[in-house]
Amino acid sequence: MFDFLDSGQYDLLGAFWVTVQLTLYSAIGSLIWGTLLVGMRVSPVPLMRSFGTGYVNVVRNTPLTIIVIGCSLGLSQTLGINLGADNFKDIGFRLAVLGLTAYTGTFVCEALRSGINTVPVGQAEAARALGLSFTQVLRLIVLPQAFRSAVTPLANVLIALTKNTTVAAAIGVGEAALLMKEMVENEAQALFTVFGVFAFGFIVLTLPTGLLLGWVSKRVAVKR
Amino acid sequence: MSGVSVTKDAGDAGDAVPASGDLVVLSCVNKHFGALHVLQDIDLTIARGEVVVVIGPSGSGKSTLCRTINRLETIDSGAITIDGKALPQEGRELARLRADVGMVFQSFNLFAHKTVLENVTLGQLKVRKTDKKTAEEKARALLDRVGVGSQADKYPAQLSGGQQQRVAIARALAMDPKVMLFDEPTSALDPEMINEVLEVMQQLARDGMTMVVVTHEMGFARSAANRVVFMADGRIVEEATPDEFFNNPRSDRAKDFLSKILHH
Repeated sequence: MFDFLDSGQYDLLGAFWVTVQLTLYSAIGSLIWGTLLVGMRVSPVPLMRSFGTGYVNVVRNTPLTIIVIGCSLGLSQTLGINLGADNFKDIGFRLAVLGLTAYTGTFVCEALRSGINTVPVGQAEAARALGLSFTQVLRLIVLPQAFRSAVTPLANVLIALTKNTTVAAAIGVGEAALLMKEMVENEAQALFTVFGVFAFGFIVLTLPTGLLLGWVSKRVAVKR
Repeated sequence: MSGVSVTKDAGDAGDAVPASGDLVVLSCVNKHFGALHVLQDIDLTIARGEVVVVIGPSGSGKSTLCRTINRLETIDSGAITIDGKALPQEGRELARLRADVGMVFQSFNLFAHKTVLENVTLGQLKVRKTDKKTAEEKARALLDRVGVGSQADKYPAQLSGGQQQRVAIARALAMDPKVMLFDEPTSALDPEMINEVLEVMQQLARDGMTMVVVTHEMGFARSAANRVVFMADGRIVEEATPDEFFNNPRSDRAKDFLSKILHH
């Protein structure tokens, strides 16, 4: 039943390794971008606030496929922005990370904003009363506590991101979903086995993430 | 109005004589919360070294008054100056000024993710740019002074309310403030913990710290205040020395208030 896997024709581990890399780079990117976005959304500067709110509401509600294909066709092929890569493989990978980051950052932002809402107003007031600036209050007092209470929603975002990397197949990035498409075509007789193998692969990636971060969220919870 | 301030002859009152100069001046301050006129033409002058206790019924605007002094609440009109400088708009200037104004809150507001020691060193390190060793030495000395030195490495949630409030006082003192604001510092405490906080405040008052204290503790007002300010419905109704105020209140509003809290 699994003999097609032994044929050496398909690099299953290699494909999942690309999925892992896409996930890691996009996770780091969207964590940074989402933190900046939430900083803008709660900032006292009206222009930054409206940019943050506008960006989140537009990008969060745009299908990821459109964003990723837009990066490929729009940025790369039309505008010639290749993010410093020179071969097709690297360009596709970097564009996919860019698209995933732009998209997932909005969910990170909103998860963090819900975390910020769990931090009592008095914490920020006490920090301001000490003479800390807005960015210091955010960086030293509010965000550290917000992150701790946002671990569980952030884990959800990370799991969704892991599975969303499959959209990168649409612009030809050689990750798991692209290999699956190829195998579905070539191994039609083993269709359900192919589905099963890939579903299992994603569960192997996401299940420990959820369990680990669930444990982390309990460990780092702020006691009040 | 500052002429009303009188030296309190409590023990070593030598230091408590208000030095020359007005430290905090509020003139014609007005503030609204929607339709509610919470501060109405407030004029108040606090001299250097003076301890002013603000009392009054709930909703009279006393907490709001306290919070306008370091601009945690903005005002609609009027002017507030601290040590001769007008309160600036939100930004770097305001942050610098806030560093000189210590504040103690009703709900303590210790930074929940930081240890007691970190709570007291944070402002020194990040605002005053003190080096770590000096900041920690100072923090430990202050924690000893308020009697919680042995709790330095615990988190706020592991302390009792009274201990937390004393840490909060130490945190404010670590900035070497020119004036300390106390916004109902004992209202969230269990009765048996109120005294430990009041004692620290008494000591501060004796050491000559300029203090504005919003409180319901009439005992503290009697023993530590240079002046009592009685507020009702957003106005300062009466200002007097504690003896005068508690023994011979002039206004009916104050008489009514005192009759309710002193006899039951």
